[in-house]
Amino acid sequence: MATANDPNIGFSERLNNNRNLLGLLFMVPAAIVLLLFLTYPLGLGVWLGLTDVKIGRPGVFIGLDNYFWLFEDKVFWLSVFNTFLYTVVASIIKFGLGLWLALLLNRHMPFKAFIRAIVLLPFIVPTVLSALAFWWIYDSQDSVISWILIEMGVIDQTIDFLGHPNNARASVIAANIWRGVPFVAITLLAGLQTISPTLYEAATIDGAGEWRRFRHITFPLLTPIIAVVMTFSVLFTFTDFQLIWVMTRGGPINATHLMATLSYQRAIVGGALGEGAAIATAMIPFLLAAILFSYFGLQRRKWQQGGRDD
Amino acid sequence: MTETVGKHPTADEGGMGYLETLPRSVVVIYIPLAIFIFVLLFPFYWMTITSFKTNEELHAYRGLSALWIYEPTLENIRFLLFETEYPRWMWNSMFITVSSTFLSIFCAVCAAYAIERLRYKGSRTVGMLIFLAYLVPPSILFIPLAIMVFQLGIFDTVWALVLTYPTILIPFCTWLLMGYFRSIPYELEECALIDGATRLQILTKIVLPLSVPGLISAGIFAFTLSWNEFIYALTFISSAENKTVPVGAITELITFDVYNWGGLMAGAMLGSLPIAILYSFFVEHYVSSMTGAVKE
Repeated sequence: MATANDPNIGFSERLNNNRNLLGLLFMVPAAIVLLLFLTYPLGLGVWLGLTDVKIGRPGVFIGLDNYFWLFEDKVFWLSVFNTFLYTVVASIIKFGLGLWLALLLNRHMPFKAFIRAIVLLPFIVPTVLSALAFWWIYDSQDSVISWILIEMGVIDQTIDFLGHPNNARASVIAANIWRGVPFVAITLLAGLQTISPTLYEAATIDGAGEWRRFRHITFPLLTPIIAVVMTFSVLFTFTDFQLIWVMTRGGPINATHLMATLSYQRAIVGGALGEGAAIATAMIPFLLAAILFSYFGLQRRKWQQGGRDD
Repeated sequence: MTETVGKHPTADEGGMGYLETLPRSVVVIYIPLAIFIFVLLFPFYWMTITSFKTNEELHAYRGLSALWIYEPTLENIRFLLFETEYPRWMWNSMFITVSSTFLSIFCAVCAAYAIERLRYKGSRTVGMLIFLAYLVPPSILFIPLAIMVFQLGIFDTVWALVLTYPTILIPFCTWLLMGYFRSIPYELEECALIDGATRLQILTKIVLPLSVPGLISAGIFAFTLSWNEFIYALTFISSAENKTVPVGAITELITFDVYNWGGLMAGAMLGSLPIAILYSFFVEHYVSSMTGAVKE
């Protein structure tokens, strides 16, 4: 038998027995891609936010000037307000409707698998392409919603969905909710299915009504997965770009500009890469808050399942 | 009396569905569910219907019902396939998506195996970092990446996207595969080690065959994510022949004087089809990849 110090052991065999070295080797492909195209640009983005680089012109370090300018920029603050409005309203409604849909889908019914499958469609289909469909549904003259409402006699003029600031905000939020509800519903449904029916049977025998069964069994057992799902949902809503860019490009009069779209507008359309990068960097603190929230959500789950806190 | 038998088909399925009367469940379950399904599917119906309508029919609602087609036409599809570069965008999307998916799966398999089974020093931390990388959104990376892509000389080529999409896909796939690898018993690996197998042989002959469902889940979800990607493709590609379907549809099909709604909707429908077809074959894998990524 060969031992570790035996000079006859070849390099490949020693490599095969050294888990640290081998582990490093296996990590190389992923590490190259992630360090080069994720970690480095993350740092580069923060650095660019401190320079005045423009498209076609290398910039110089200007300290926090970009942020001072943004601080006095009304459009920037409007975009921050819009981003929060968009995220908070859309997330709350997505959570409410998603939970409701999950509870509905959790029942036994005919064609259960088929219904669950088609519910997820809005999430699977490319956002840009479904946003195009919404753009057409919200058309100022030939909107199908206006047409149906006129035929029903509810209104007598077409609604200008994307032409007025508040209409446009409500319309893009509705489209975002439409796309997000299936994700929330299907993931919460997976959580619901792990809850044992015997708990509900026991509670019913004890005289608990539907609301109390939900309040004291479903909700507490679902909290950890709700925390994670909603973190993802908030994160993706906060940094949304596609829906807005297709439907309104931030208009009318900047009423639907989110931080991501404003960053694109200033950096790529306007050419001010430094300023755009500063706007993008300004999103990071909020993302960090969401990530921390998710981290504690995950921990709580382990603890609830009787796992170790490692 | 025989009718009462089988009245409660849900009773033996477990749960307490049998306690509910039919009228009550219609009001509480089926009507809300029908409304949900109607709203979730209507945009697709409307998209499809519009793409087969003639231009006159699109704008003449009053009188005839808009919810149906009276003179179906293939004109919009013909326009898309023969008068625009749509087929080219389809090919670009397919090429970029397939290459970046395979690249990501390769990287993710190696990384997940190392983190989960080799358990090298610091593998827990690396696992956590990978999860954090999953949470970094493309909207804060596209500006610095645009500069890098330009400096690398791959601006306005499909390679810009093939190399950057894996940053979105690898963290997700690694995280998902880590869960699958964790469930494979260590004993199998130990047996193989005693029999003299190398780690690479263990990976290709034992671990991978046992995690085929995980590989499919990761693969199709990665496929969907990169097919749907928009902001990188919009930023890094400028010439029409290199565009992907979503970017081409937004930038080239929209002419700002008259909206060609029929053509646009046909573009949206055809661009969604590959994903919809893939989805119909792998519904279960989609659901498990989506919930798996959130649950672990």
